[in-house]
Amino acid sequence: MNVLEISSLFKNYGSHRALSNIDLHVPQGSIFGLLGPNGAGKTTLIRIINQIIEADSGKILFKGESLRQDHIQHIGYLPEERGLYKKMKVGEQLLYFAQIKGIRTSDARIKVRDWLERLGISEWRNKKIEDLSKGMAQKVQFIATIIHSPELLILDEPFSGFDPVNAEIIKNEILDLRDNGTTVILSTHRMESVELLCDHIAMIHKSQKVIDGPLHEIRRKARTNIFFVKLLKDENLRIADWPDFREFEDHVSFKIPLCGTPPNEMLRQLMCHGSVIGFEEVVPSIGDIFIQKVKENDHA
Amino acid sequence: MHKILLVIRREYLARVKKKSFLLATLITPLIFPTIMGIFLWIAFSDSESEDRLRIIEVVDENNNFFMESEDNYAFSYSGIDIEAAKELVKSGSRFGFLYIPKIDLEKPVGITYYSDENPSMTFVGSLESTLKRKIDELRLYNSGIDPKLIASLRTDVSIQAITLAPTGKETVSNATVNYAIGFVTGILIYTFIFVYGNQIMQGVIEEKSSRIIEILISSLKPFQLMMGKILGIGAVGLTQFLIWIFLISAVSSLVMGFFGQQMPQQQALELVNPTGPLMEGSNEIGQILQVLSDINFVQLALTFVFYFIGGYLLYGAFFAAIGAAVDTPSDAQQFMFPVTIPLIIAYLGLFIFVLDDPNSKISFWLSVIPFTSPIAMMGRVSFGVPFYELALSMFFLVGGFLFTTWIAGKIYRIGILVHGTKVGYRTLWRWFKTK
Repeated sequence: MNVLEISSLFKNYGSHRALSNIDLHVPQGSIFGLLGPNGAGKTTLIRIINQIIEADSGKILFKGESLRQDHIQHIGYLPEERGLYKKMKVGEQLLYFAQIKGIRTSDARIKVRDWLERLGISEWRNKKIEDLSKGMAQKVQFIATIIHSPELLILDEPFSGFDPVNAEIIKNEILDLRDNGTTVILSTHRMESVELLCDHIAMIHKSQKVIDGPLHEIRRKARTNIFFVKLLKDENLRIADWPDFREFEDHVSFKIPLCGTPPNEMLRQLMCHGSVIGFEEVVPSIGDIFIQKVKENDHA
Repeated sequence: MHKILLVIRREYLARVKKKSFLLATLITPLIFPTIMGIFLWIAFSDSESEDRLRIIEVVDENNNFFMESEDNYAFSYSGIDIEAAKELVKSGSRFGFLYIPKIDLEKPVGITYYSDENPSMTFVGSLESTLKRKIDELRLYNSGIDPKLIASLRTDVSIQAITLAPTGKETVSNATVNYAIGFVTGILIYTFIFVYGNQIMQGVIEEKSSRIIEILISSLKPFQLMMGKILGIGAVGLTQFLIWIFLISAVSSLVMGFFGQQMPQQQALELVNPTGPLMEGSNEIGQILQVLSDINFVQLALTFVFYFIGGYLLYGAFFAAIGAAVDTPSDAQQFMFPVTIPLIIAYLGLFIFVLDDPNSKISFWLSVIPFTSPIAMMGRVSFGVPFYELALSMFFLVGGFLFTTWIAGKIYRIGILVHGTKVGYRTLWRWFKTK
């Protein structure tokens, strides 16, 4: 089942086209990576889902229902541009964010206490944000996003500004939430975080969707059928005319296209040239795939 | 609605709990009674020092002017010449001396007062009026009329103004009292709008610059956030205002009570009304009390609260929109102009037109147009305003508030998400038109 179904979404700012005919399906319980360079339209799309701005046309379904105002209490949102009330105490602030999401005060208090304990910042409950270290404030910021136990969590560049230790904590919390049934949309232009976390990805470039699907499928489609080979430099070595050939102190490396030959057969042939110490398929990174797609689109 | 209440609560508590709120709330009302106390103290110690008699030498070459001694001043006629009199002043045995040369009663010139310090305006004035009276009497006498006859024919007239209501009810009115009420309430509303309007603006800028805004409006509608902020800060102002009224009246009565005990009854009355003799004074006080008792304070208070809140809400919406349009308070200057101008027109209009003639055409318009009415109408209320004019003005104010909130809301919802762009009036207009 899809938590979010978006079809034929358009948005213009004056003469500038921000989103053009976007279709997306976000499966329940997935971590959905929304990728694209800055200015591609990611934030616009996220703001439309959060009902901060309206689309010009198109349809959005949340759990099968047309998106309504009261759905926002099931959505958690960590914007790229984020902050907290500096003069407010941690506990009061989290309580307020839970309340404006529509959580009853008594329930909200329990949730605030539990989350502060979980992230180990209980003793800071009565401190003002301005008295906290940056890392601690980031934890509070994250709690504020998920305090109302949203079914859909939208994180816009969640790791920007987080130090490595906190980024790791937050990453584990995101995975934990996913395991407990929360669907996560993770918008970023940093491809490396996507490969670690996401099950599904969609790429937006210049207001248009260029790739969409499960991560493993996208990877599979992007397979090059080229293998990276390493042979030991010894008396058995017989060098041939291989592309990307390089010589090192104790070994040589090169790339070899399969050209229809099964991998095992190729390996057998290579064994005649020397001792194989590396035989690995060259898989493009998400970043490479993205750059390739963008190039294809720009040429088209 | 529930969410607006949450925002109101946050805005209210965040401000009321601040130490600066506590300080401002407690110290401001102490300023007025303190100033009052200082004045009273100076007046009190002055009147004490004035108890010592000041002797003024009179050198009269006409031998015609006999100045009667007063409470604080005694006139001495030693029959000495100018030089000797000057010596007396220099040596300090005389406070000053009055030289009256031989004068033509038709054109009395050359009268001089010598002293070792600058005489006060009041003192010179009283000398002048005594001499004028003396000269008048002499001239009457010379024309063969007994001055005593004139004195016996002189009558004091003071007009009592009574306002006739269409119902037939008669109320004693006193322009001074009504003026004072209009003056004070008008200025209070003017100050309130500026001080708390600014707080709205600062609050919006804070939410915008601390980047908390996007988190908020993913939970609330921008309009709920804006209204919650305006109402919450308004509630802070009302709270502060009520505490001030309470504290000012408490501390003032303490101060007055303290000095009241130290001062003989008569002096206290003279302080309240230092010009006239006691009898006239008490009449005046009686009249003021009469006027005060005739003023419908419940109606006055209700009208005040209405215009107080109405004016604040009308302008509060604009302050919120300005805050949303800019990134820093210093950028806000360019947009403050259209907000400040009508307020200043209202303020000047209150003094120039409304308090001068509350029933003139211009006073009517100033008190009906919603941008000036909160200040201008308060200048008219205590004089009595026809019911339909008051109703019309209130109706327009409510309408005006809805109108400004509608405009401000349209600018606010877009402005809060725009960072780092130079915003001008054309941009505001484009935001306003955006669906």
